[in-house]
Amino acid sequence: MLNSSLQQLGSALRAKKISSVELTQLYLDRIASLNPALNAYITTNASTSLAQARAADALLAGSKAQPLTGIPIAQKDIFCAKGWRTTCGSKMLENFIAPYDAHVIAQFNNAGAVNLGKTNMDEFAMGSSNETSYFGAVKNPWDRNAVPGGSSGGAACAVAARLCAAATGTDTGGSIRQPAALCGISGIKPTYGTVSRYGMIAFASSLDQAGPMARSAEDLALLLNVMTGFDARDSTSLPRDKEDYARDLNKPLAGLRIGLPKEFFAEGLAQDVAGCVNAAIAEYIKLGASIVDISLPNSKLAVPVYYVLAPAEASSNLSRYDGVRYGYRAPEYSDLTEMYEKSRAQGFGAEVKRRIMIGTYVLSHGYYDAYYLQAQKIRRLIAQDFDYAFKQCDVIMGPTSPSTAFNLGEKGDDPVQMYLSDIYTIAVNLAGLPGMSIPAGFGSNGRPVGLQIIGDYFAEAKMLNVAHKYQLATDWHTRQPNGI
Amino acid sequence: MQWETVIGLEVHTQLSTNTKIFSGASTTYGAEPNTQADAVSIALPGVLPVLNKGAVERAIKFGLAVGAHIAPRSVFARKNYFYPDLPKGYQISQFDLPVVGKGALTIQVEPLSGNAKSYEKVVRITRAHLEEDAGKSVHGESQGVTGVDLNRAGTPLLEIVSEPDMSSAAEAVAYAKALHSLVRWIGICDGNMQEGSFRCDVNVSVRRPGEPLGTRREIKNLNSFKFMQQAIDYEVQWQIDTIENGGKIHQATILFDADKGTTHAMRNKEEAHDYRYFPDPDLLPLDITPAMLEQVRDTLPELPQAKQSRYVNDLGLSAYDASILTASREMANFFETVLAAVPNDAKMCANWLIGEVSAQLNRNGLDITQCQITPQQLGDMLKRIADGTLSNSGAKEVFRTLWTSLEAHATASSSATADLSVDAIIEAKGLKQVSDSGAIEKIVDEIISANPAQVAEYRSGKEKVFGFFVGLAMKASKGKANPAQLNEVLKKKLAG
Repeated sequence: MLNSSLQQLGSALRAKKISSVELTQLYLDRIASLNPALNAYITTNASTSLAQARAADALLAGSKAQPLTGIPIAQKDIFCAKGWRTTCGSKMLENFIAPYDAHVIAQFNNAGAVNLGKTNMDEFAMGSSNETSYFGAVKNPWDRNAVPGGSSGGAACAVAARLCAAATGTDTGGSIRQPAALCGISGIKPTYGTVSRYGMIAFASSLDQAGPMARSAEDLALLLNVMTGFDARDSTSLPRDKEDYARDLNKPLAGLRIGLPKEFFAEGLAQDVAGCVNAAIAEYIKLGASIVDISLPNSKLAVPVYYVLAPAEASSNLSRYDGVRYGYRAPEYSDLTEMYEKSRAQGFGAEVKRRIMIGTYVLSHGYYDAYYLQAQKIRRLIAQDFDYAFKQCDVIMGPTSPSTAFNLGEKGDDPVQMYLSDIYTIAVNLAGLPGMSIPAGFGSNGRPVGLQIIGDYFAEAKMLNVAHKYQLATDWHTRQPNGI
Repeated sequence: MQWETVIGLEVHTQLSTNTKIFSGASTTYGAEPNTQADAVSIALPGVLPVLNKGAVERAIKFGLAVGAHIAPRSVFARKNYFYPDLPKGYQISQFDLPVVGKGALTIQVEPLSGNAKSYEKVVRITRAHLEEDAGKSVHGESQGVTGVDLNRAGTPLLEIVSEPDMSSAAEAVAYAKALHSLVRWIGICDGNMQEGSFRCDVNVSVRRPGEPLGTRREIKNLNSFKFMQQAIDYEVQWQIDTIENGGKIHQATILFDADKGTTHAMRNKEEAHDYRYFPDPDLLPLDITPAMLEQVRDTLPELPQAKQSRYVNDLGLSAYDASILTASREMANFFETVLAAVPNDAKMCANWLIGEVSAQLNRNGLDITQCQITPQQLGDMLKRIADGTLSNSGAKEVFRTLWTSLEAHATASSSATADLSVDAIIEAKGLKQVSDSGAIEKIVDEIISANPAQVAEYRSGKEKVFGFFVGLAMKASKGKANPAQLNEVLKKKLAG
């Protein structure tokens, strides 16, 4: 049951081979036994989850079941879910009970899915290792000395450790793809604007995008079908017709042109990761694809550009956490200014403060043009690089992250080294393109390696097809960590 | 020593949408604190702004009304600062790309003192931009704490910025009044100054003629024209005195104390606020298509100035009458409805509205929207003057009768309205003029034969006696003879 696809689970539920309550209880029991060591979840609420499962069973008893009805899904703790504590990994929101549902949560509720719990994450999604969470680091289920990646580290861990059937994540600079790669699972960040950001706590609004994390491309397609769709409450939501992301899963890959950007295979890429990626590409050639050498000349600027724009937006987005209306307020203060200062100094962690400082600086009078405006210009150049590349190829492939999972604490003192772990993923967010990561083997230390697939705007169905065919031909995605 | 005053205004007009600029929360004034603060108004985690189209249409309307350039693309920006009544920690406003660009407003300045004549002036408008209002901090309700009411947070505002084109309190007040009248005329703002729907910030500086602009001080949040005039007069004198006594003006934000009639600085020196403006990534740029522009243009009523010149050129009214009849859209509508009944008697309509109707309204402390008599009733009455049924004095009686019975009606809420028609009153009061030429000739003939001496006098050139005959004829007809007709017949018969 734990290794069944979502499609198989749905069939079993509809055939009454198992009830949603039984399935939910199975996962709750696993969480109870494994989560203390892995720390993938910040909050579970068994009675609420089981109530949802009972409601799903009622739907399953009738004829109103949808593909995900009764299936337990782990929700990243960045999505507001009515009645659920929603912390965003921060002390600032340690006791915040969301009074409303995010669009993503509502979509899953409407589909009859069960909310299994809220997964751990870097504080306000700022981090690449899940170590900035106020609720403690998440362990990589493949090696508990290793980080799971971030910021959706709890989600990646929960999927890899079979602590949920599937999970949601969000990706601002690689926060779905990098942890998916480091935990040996599949994850996709769709085109910016495809999934509504309503109720998703903002980090950097122009980059944030939600997406699913699961054990296969096939599962991702079913999850995307539920998560996507126009939402008038998000002005950046794209008004597009609903599509079935599973429609092209089995199309043959003959004639597929894979672009390999030379910048993604240059200095800084670990040998073992390069080996796995090259082997995956060899597999694609066997499946009928051809290789095109391409260049993304401005991609080397992606990390610095990102660390101007994302903090700029974050510094403003996080101003609302001021201790006035909700969230953490310092216990002692003498006046308004001190209330602000102490509440924010005590409520935010070091990485969040660092980014607020950077963001405030780059937006300041006299620096705005040199940093913010300049970064916006380069952002457009980066997007143009991709436009040009997609005239030559159908998808772009490369490593998701330059190395396999690093050790807990290894990069904590060196923010720049930490930032570089997203060097291949960030450009995709800056361009607003869809990107995904799928398992492609293991590094020399036995930790998973991810293959990144980047598509043109709205090419999700094609990317899922490309990923699925690979997963039919290989079994990396079916491997599971020992001891879980 | 001679001084010149330089004044520019920033006016915050609250747009008359039912819901807030970025959420569906109500904008109704006066609700219990925080009952109109939805998730967006409170700035809960995860909420997003969605632009209210009604606010955009109103901004466009204003732009068109002042002949301004409407930006095909404008951008919402975040103005970042911390304050308890600013829930997001930033205000969504427009910064370097506002929706309304340069325009102009023609104003009529009534000098506040002396015998100076009124004059016209064109005030240039720099820009107008959309933004959201903040909430309110409530001090002193309970000991030791400040309350925050977020009902007003997110209310749509159009901030209208003028060039520093005004050179006296009278001009500033005239501009503010013209703007106030215009935004109500085009229906984008209710203009309620007590409720803060129309708030003025006034930038004042003084200089000696020919010198560059002096340092300005900004008088914040003036919510009455009277206070505006007092505040400017006080501030100008204060600045002049300060400089003449060897002092220097420092840029400052100041408040007017209406009780003392003085101004004082809120912040001693303009704090070096860095608002860190940047485009709001939650909102797309605001694109206004030519089609949308035309759609809004179609809803724009005829503007006061266009009406005035039409009244003068097409209806033959005086400029003075035209300006009074276009003081508000309600007045103009009233006038035009009356005119529809007697299309060829614009002057008579104007005289009645500016004379009898306005006098009655003033006596009762009412404005034109509260007029007891409907424009249709007034039109019916004027029609009876035009067709000779009513004399002017008879009409005045009809008017008084109508007014008092309608008033009684309103208070007693009795039934029967049939007797309130103009014709019924004329009938009941016997006010119908004698316009039958045979009847008038008969009266005139009788008078002429009864007063041969006076007839001879008249015929010998003493035309003054004519009045004597008119008096007699009126008396004989019990005041009902149509005066024009009577004059005509008398003249003819007296001429022999």
